[in-house]
Amino acid sequence: MKAVWSITKKELMQYFSSPIAYIVVAIFVLLSGFFFYSLVWWFNSQAIQMAQNPYYFQQVNINQMVFAPLFHNLSIIMLLMLPLLSMRLFSEEKKLGTEELLFTSPVSVNQIILGKYLASLLMLLLMLLLSAIPTIFTFVYGNPEPLPYLLGYLGLFLLGAAFLGIGLFWSSLTENQIVSAVLTFGTLLLFWVLNWVGYSARGLWKDVLNYLSFFEHFDGLTRGILDTSDLVYYLSFAFLGLFLTHATIQSRRWR
Amino acid sequence: MIETTGLTKKYGDLVAIKNLSFKVEKGKIWGLLGPNAAGKTTTMRILTGYLPATEGKAIVAGYDVFEQADEVKKVIGYLPETVPLYHDLTVEAYLGFVAEIKQVPASRKKAAIDRAVEITGLQPVRKRLIKNISRGYKQRVGIAQALIHNPQVIILDEPTIGLDPKQIVEIRQLIKSLKGEHTIILSTHILAEVKEVCDGVVIINEGQLRASGYLDELAKNYSHNDGVYIKLQQVDQETLNLFRQINGLKKAEIEGSEIKLEWSWDTDLRPQVLKLCLEKGLVLKEMRPLAADIENLYLRIVSGGMEQ
Repeated sequence: MKAVWSITKKELMQYFSSPIAYIVVAIFVLLSGFFFYSLVWWFNSQAIQMAQNPYYFQQVNINQMVFAPLFHNLSIIMLLMLPLLSMRLFSEEKKLGTEELLFTSPVSVNQIILGKYLASLLMLLLMLLLSAIPTIFTFVYGNPEPLPYLLGYLGLFLLGAAFLGIGLFWSSLTENQIVSAVLTFGTLLLFWVLNWVGYSARGLWKDVLNYLSFFEHFDGLTRGILDTSDLVYYLSFAFLGLFLTHATIQSRRWR
Repeated sequence: MIETTGLTKKYGDLVAIKNLSFKVEKGKIWGLLGPNAAGKTTTMRILTGYLPATEGKAIVAGYDVFEQADEVKKVIGYLPETVPLYHDLTVEAYLGFVAEIKQVPASRKKAAIDRAVEITGLQPVRKRLIKNISRGYKQRVGIAQALIHNPQVIILDEPTIGLDPKQIVEIRQLIKSLKGEHTIILSTHILAEVKEVCDGVVIINEGQLRASGYLDELAKNYSHNDGVYIKLQQVDQETLNLFRQINGLKKAEIEGSEIKLEWSWDTDLRPQVLKLCLEKGLVLKEMRPLAADIENLYLRIVSGGMEQ
């Protein structure tokens, strides 16, 4: 575990000594702030209109009208941003020749992979925490339900964890960071839109495609429904990413 | 300390090294010498556990490189061909990271960094980002990371490549100062480096072992002749005949404006040559040794003129 933490610390130092982490985090927070602001603004104007009709006024729900769309927006920004965090993890080591240092040190391949993955998860956590700051004010001036709010953030974190797992895998395959980012981005988009095809498919195919889509599993969480199959889905995606990374590294060294 | 038996590495159909067996004793500096693409880097990567061998066995500090890779990695310090540096870290942070992954205990980490910095003379750049320091310093940081956990065995892949002459001298001094406490293998294609720094040498070419052993032993075993080139005021057949009268001389011939004299490696006829010049009143302008034995040996090996 100590070795894993050493690797994680080194990765975090590298993230913060280059501009990329600052830019990715800043843009993410900026965009999330913008979306949040415009959603609240829209919610306000809707609420004023609906207040004139007692029936509609009961339907006003900040969780569904602000947070659910916010989480969907954030998930798309993550899809665009997280490949930029994962692209350097192994690609850079390969390019700089530092993987030779890592692999000739008494740390196992698993420890290296976990250390790197953990660092990227911490970056994701930081992004989400910073983006959550403005949303806290809705609790000060309103009364949203906390559980769906927290589940939404949990969903974002799990989604991001799956994205980063896939990103880690692609970065272990190439020494070019751009290639790694583009491949990650492509894979994520593909799994994102699988349920579009799913809508027109039939029978088993429909179920399979829908199950595989990121979107299907995210929707429930943003509405405050915790389904273990969604958790299993994201965790298995993350695990698959780590497993494939391990396989790639081992096969390359033993070829 | 280091022993390989029948080491072979194939990349697909390409045979990088073939049936390589050699031995390095404890506390010695050994040179791995050969032209580019001879298989030096592959050999070192196998010894450090970075690459598995296709066949054969390698023992480092009593551990089998393939069976006990983790143990081997603890006792080895390795400077790869491309110095493995994280350019965004400071020298100190980088060495701290290496100390951690080399399992230096936390209580001794600072002392280990201090020691490595002192040995390699990195004090002036200690707090600077690696990307901002000069190439010579980068190379030193590379050596410092190989030393940080005070390993028994140090493997240096072309440690002086790309440095200026002053830096080369400094790095060689540094390597020599590590002798005794550490067993060192360094690879190079520069013969002068081997002669200056190493106790012994393994010469490989095209992935195969051509010669190995202590430098002086190799010189004895492989070279049969020693000798000098002399430059005189006047060179002609007559003076050549004078030299031919020296006892024990094997060969005397004119080469360009010089006379080349050869004798067996176990004698030294230079005093006689000098004496003759004085007696006969020949004006001696220059006397220099034939290319040293190991050099001849190396050239013959590398040009493919000799099989062991």
